[in-house]
Amino acid sequence: MSRYQFPVEAAQIALFVRAAGGADVDISDPALAAPPTFVQSGGQFDPEWPFRLRPGQPWLGSGREPTGDPAAGDGSILHAEQHFEYFRPVRPGMVLTVTTEPGETWVKRSRSGGELRFAELRTEYRDGEGRLVVAARAVSVTPVPTAASKEEQ
Amino acid sequence: MNKGDRFERVLTADLTRTQIVQYAGVSGDYNPVHTDEVFAVHAGFPSVFAHGMLTMAMTAQALTDWLGGDHLTRYGVRFKKQVWPGDRLSVTAEVEDVRTDDSGQQLAEVTVTTRNGAGEEVLAGYVTARLGPQTGARP
Repeated sequence: MSRYQFPVEAAQIALFVRAAGGADVDISDPALAAPPTFVQSGGQFDPEWPFRLRPGQPWLGSGREPTGDPAAGDGSILHAEQHFEYFRPVRPGMVLTVTTEPGETWVKRSRSGGELRFAELRTEYRDGEGRLVVAARAVSVTPVPTAASKEEQ
Repeated sequence: MNKGDRFERVLTADLTRTQIVQYAGVSGDYNPVHTDEVFAVHAGFPSVFAHGMLTMAMTAQALTDWLGGDHLTRYGVRFKKQVWPGDRLSVTAEVEDVRTDDSGQQLAEVTVTTRNGAGEEVLAGYVTARLGPQTGARP
């Protein structure tokens, strides 16, 4: 389980809207609200988030030497589904408390005969008074080839 | 807004690697399959590919222009195919139902599909949006 504080800032909302292809927003507008998937950028503040550089720690991306190895499973976990429920608007100045917990797991057979392993993550974003602001459910999928399906490939 | 109302928009005519990097920067998701072409190719992909969440954010950007920014109560999607640099993306949304909840608030149930330039679905999902005057916690 991960738990952290996510300070919502107007500038980050503006940059998020730009990245999503939107026009520039007025960051001084008191009615400014975050776009529907903005809370995903709370990963910036998640101490356990694996996909950013940390000083002095190895990084899986390339530098002087190329990296990336399918045999090591690089790039094999895919985001299969994402769901949000909205209870209150996310606005600049809020400090959200974020808690993430694992949910259900299940397995399906892939067309190649291997396994598709699905895993849920459930995340809640609460305001300073403990009120639920956004609830999120993510589903990831990891393909796991069986020995037989590997031979076919 | 009524049942059967439709909305269509081109999200991008040519998705750039720079937009993928821009999304990585703001979201904090620097997974090298999205940001590092060398890594992505060595890992067996033809190139870097977009975060599913970028496609979901671009789709939401268009939907909130149509439905209103603060009006969504639910938004969920399945990522059906990867999105690559150079892809053309367009969204189609349709009001499947308009209903009234216990508080008297009208809600639109909307299906959402985002397709690439070949017409393949890359994202399929739903939105529920409040219609008319807002009630409850929302302004």
